[in-house]
Amino acid sequence: MPKELWKGNEAIAEAAVRAGLEAYFGYPITPQTEILEYLSRRMPELGRAFVQAESELGAINMVYGAACTGVRVMSSSSSPGVSLMMEGLSYIAGTEIPAVLVNVMRGGPGLGNIAPSQADYNQAVHGGGHGDYPRIVLAPSSVQEAIDLMVLSFDLAEKYRMITMVILDGSVGQMMEPAEMPEMKPIVRKDFDWATNGAVNRERRILSSIYIDPPAEEVANFRLGKRWQEVQANEVRFKEYYLDDAEFVIVGFGTAGRVSLSAVRAARAEGIKVGLLRPITVSPFPYQIIDELAGRVNAFLVTEMNMGQMFDDVRLAVRGRVPVEFYGRTGGVVPFPDEVLGEIHRIAAGKLSVDADPRVSWQTRMASVITR
Amino acid sequence: MVAPNNLVYDRPEGFTETPTHYCPGCTHGVAHRLIAETLEEMNLIPRTIGVAPVGCAVFAYNYFDTDFVEAPHGRAPAMATGIKRVMPDRIVFTYQGDGDLASIGMGEIVHAAARGENITVIFINNANYGMTGGQMAPTTLPGMKTTSSPNGRDVETQGYPIRMAEMLSTLDGVGYCVRRSLHDPKNIRLAKRAIRMAFETQVRGLGFSLVELLSTCPTNWGMTPVAALKFVEEKMTPAFPLGDYKIGASVAQIKI
Repeated sequence: MPKELWKGNEAIAEAAVRAGLEAYFGYPITPQTEILEYLSRRMPELGRAFVQAESELGAINMVYGAACTGVRVMSSSSSPGVSLMMEGLSYIAGTEIPAVLVNVMRGGPGLGNIAPSQADYNQAVHGGGHGDYPRIVLAPSSVQEAIDLMVLSFDLAEKYRMITMVILDGSVGQMMEPAEMPEMKPIVRKDFDWATNGAVNRERRILSSIYIDPPAEEVANFRLGKRWQEVQANEVRFKEYYLDDAEFVIVGFGTAGRVSLSAVRAARAEGIKVGLLRPITVSPFPYQIIDELAGRVNAFLVTEMNMGQMFDDVRLAVRGRVPVEFYGRTGGVVPFPDEVLGEIHRIAAGKLSVDADPRVSWQTRMASVITR
Repeated sequence: MVAPNNLVYDRPEGFTETPTHYCPGCTHGVAHRLIAETLEEMNLIPRTIGVAPVGCAVFAYNYFDTDFVEAPHGRAPAMATGIKRVMPDRIVFTYQGDGDLASIGMGEIVHAAARGENITVIFINNANYGMTGGQMAPTTLPGMKTTSSPNGRDVETQGYPIRMAEMLSTLDGVGYCVRRSLHDPKNIRLAKRAIRMAFETQVRGLGFSLVELLSTCPTNWGMTPVAALKFVEEKMTPAFPLGDYKIGASVAQIKI
């Protein structure tokens, strides 16, 4: 397929269609509304289901119902809307059925604003909904990667009967880039042996997240845990840039990773041996590669568009062997490459944070920048 | 063994052999049976997918011999929407209580009705939250004592009961919307007929169908089963009048 100019949100929608999306249920919220609008045209013309729900609660539970029949189904929203969907997400996870949810993240907490953010990392990766449940979380940094990961998200969700979230910040959702779409896949309804699609010529089936007997719930949670181990063993994805001879390494996902790459290239031009690790699956998190890097580099710098959330996961992997520095912009502010380059210069000069938590030093350094 | 020609009452095919967990005297069992009989009579059992609520009927899926899913509290109409939209040839019904449907799930039920989702809703109104031990529901009568209105529902601070069948009947997406009661054999027969009409509405694609059933909750009301039936007749039917609130023009043509 030739490259075409695609807006991120519309590209996500079309990629899902081509991956075999049979039903979409959503609710308008900036900056993801183009996904809903695009599919409100596209799905009916293909004879597929589209419903603009009464709320995000309605939308995620429509997803839940359709997912129980075994079809490819998704919803999309942005941060406040995704918070409302957390109930349904937990139920879908507890019922062990596949579903895809896109979060085009915006500044928060609360109503926040509609500018790009990565502040829902912890909600996506570490919880949000109630109960013990694993989930796959993919984090694209470009329109092309968003397309590719949308296709992958349905395969992963079905393979592991698991929620797969695609989290991107509003800038990837809103910007236009040349990108290549996959071929249109015909809809093939798989006859999953768990789907509640009508007990025609078979025993009836029940799909539920209830285990009223605690030992049975414990068995279910261990089953989810075992499946998560498989995901961790097989599905970790990341991209490495200039790591071979790197003396220190930036870790950043999505747009923060992309901005950091510009800074890394500029630093390399100055002869500074810095590399970049960009996690693509933020869940399962690429602990192993960071663990390996921690054995041979002098320091890490985590860049995020939040107050330092993935930072905790990087520190967990580094286990105190070398310093882990932090640089972030938050509230809907996107960092410029120059800011990250400034951090690279600081670390290259050996001026490391003195506080036990580098986020404290970072906040102190930012005092002159954060003004209004 | 009963000779076949002497058999007048048996487990309908729409039921599994699992005994229900409902309290003695509760009319959930009656409502379940009417649905199971209807699905059997209409040959719908293999095509039907039920959606269970949160509340006393949370285990409804154990009793109906059809595919079943279990919804979060109040969200059954949204789940049913998701199922029906991708499998329009299947028969999809929800079974919801008053806390589930008229309180936490108000948004989902109103909009499923407004969209004219081609699903059937069986709505059990027993004027309290049964599963959690008898708290005040949106349908609790003024002055009625519950564990969360211990001095009786005070309408000044706790508001008035919600009449769902009347409210929903104003929406254009609704094809069939009636209220019946389960307090005596005559009314049970009328309820059965209404449930049949609701499923006939769905089979013909004539829009959203809902049957509200006034029901007993002897345990939480602190009454004997007989006194509870009398309470429905004497106290609930004046507050929740029985009747046909919406019968669409096409639905009115259905002959059963």
